[in-house]
Amino acid sequence: MFDDFFIRALFAGIGIALVTGPLGCFVVWRRLSYFGDTLAHSALLGVTMAYTFDLNIAISVFLISSIIALILIQLQKKTNLPGDALLGLLAHSSLAVGLVVIGFLTFIRFDIMGLLFGDILAVNINDILIIWSGGAIILIVLKLIWKPLFASTVNYELAEAEGLNPDRAKAIFTILMAAVIAISIKMVGLLLITGMLIIPAAMARNISDSPQKMVIYSIIGGLLSVVLGLFTSLEFNTSSGPSIIVASLILFILSLLNIKQSIKLKN
Amino acid sequence: MSLENKILVKLNNAGIKQNNKWLVEGVTLTVEKGKIITLIGPNGSGKSTTAKIALGIYKNIEGSVEKYTNKVGYVPQKISIDWTLPLRVYDFMLLTENIKDEAIDEALTLTGVIHLKNKNLGNLSGGEFQRVLIARAISKKPELLVLDEPVQGVDYTGEIALYELIKKISDSLNCGILLISHDLHTVMTATDHVVCLNGHVCCSGTPIDVAKNNAYKTLFGEQASQILSIYEHKHDHEHLDEGNIKKN
Repeated sequence: MFDDFFIRALFAGIGIALVTGPLGCFVVWRRLSYFGDTLAHSALLGVTMAYTFDLNIAISVFLISSIIALILIQLQKKTNLPGDALLGLLAHSSLAVGLVVIGFLTFIRFDIMGLLFGDILAVNINDILIIWSGGAIILIVLKLIWKPLFASTVNYELAEAEGLNPDRAKAIFTILMAAVIAISIKMVGLLLITGMLIIPAAMARNISDSPQKMVIYSIIGGLLSVVLGLFTSLEFNTSSGPSIIVASLILFILSLLNIKQSIKLKN
Repeated sequence: MSLENKILVKLNNAGIKQNNKWLVEGVTLTVEKGKIITLIGPNGSGKSTTAKIALGIYKNIEGSVEKYTNKVGYVPQKISIDWTLPLRVYDFMLLTENIKDEAIDEALTLTGVIHLKNKNLGNLSGGEFQRVLIARAISKKPELLVLDEPVQGVDYTGEIALYELIKKISDSLNCGILLISHDLHTVMTATDHVVCLNGHVCCSGTPIDVAKNNAYKTLFGEQASQILSIYEHKHDHEHLDEGNIKKN
């Protein structure tokens, strides 16, 4: 019924949504959307590295994003600049460096649009394997650090005082962020990955009253966005990334209606 | 050896500097099993800071802290919770440890807020939230309980009941309690050991020792010593020879 590439894209997208759901909740809770953007922008540099040295894109992006995250942590300690300025500095300079390097790589034909906005045609079996195995590892690690990460998100001092080691959990979470960006870059594109993390989680926040529910709704929202987005992408020949994000935006708007209704009910 | 086992936390000449200014310095104290130690002192005297040093929240301290337990319950003085999180009282009770439902119910009942169990944490009043904080700290049956102004915002009758509860918990769990309180009356009646802080340790000892100390009188004024005299009259009839007070 569907072409093979479409089935592959669907498998890849479902794998990504399962991971971005819970991770996205933490991005919203910990106010890390700009941090996610910065890592995503630096991913372009990772992609060019992959082409230059003939590496796997996901692994190369993961390495570069992790390095950028480490540099950010060091800069936060050593300079007096505010956090958002440092994030902007790293985001745009790594994006610019990536684009300049692409200019030098004249022997390779780059699909810039595909990199920025995602390309379902580009997803192959190898990518699906990376998404599902990488995604499984990310989810297992997240499950392991859930308690300290969540407790320190609610209140750092309580977590530290009661022996949960929140600093370690935070460092591990940073690496998970780099990993999720690495596995989803081909599908969603580097400009829109953060949207995939934030919008389903924001939608879930509107309709949930406990952290567990928010995670579950966020996963469901992500899955629906991927399926709806990919069908639209196929139907209207649009880029896969924007189509998925638009679908999640529609779900978010629907969740706002739910808020209005519940407010009416209360009054 | 048995004495060693009783010690939960030991501060040796501990202090912390921020921007070249001492927040608190030279604090030496021990919290033992089954004992209540209270920190008193004016605003900015380093009470909360000392509690945080004892809890190991600060990393770059002077002196040393030896902590002999990991079962800690903490009620901070200020807690800012981000309401971007959907969090019910029930979720909050499970924050740092997976506790059985019965233990959660028991703790919430003891502090009188069991009816709020499924409410959103953001919708509680200050006093209700304070009771939830205390319930959370005691529900995990800690060996060390650090209570920083635990009854702030609680109504007067509730305040007395909660202090009685704290005393009861210290007896039943045999845990050590590090208490910070502004309420000198409570301090003097419920505590085993008082440490009076003002950037450093002014004086310390049993409540009676501290109340007789001149440094304490300078800090808190004559009124503060009178609070103690009420306490002494109530509980220590032997030393009195005035008949009109004996009827207490």
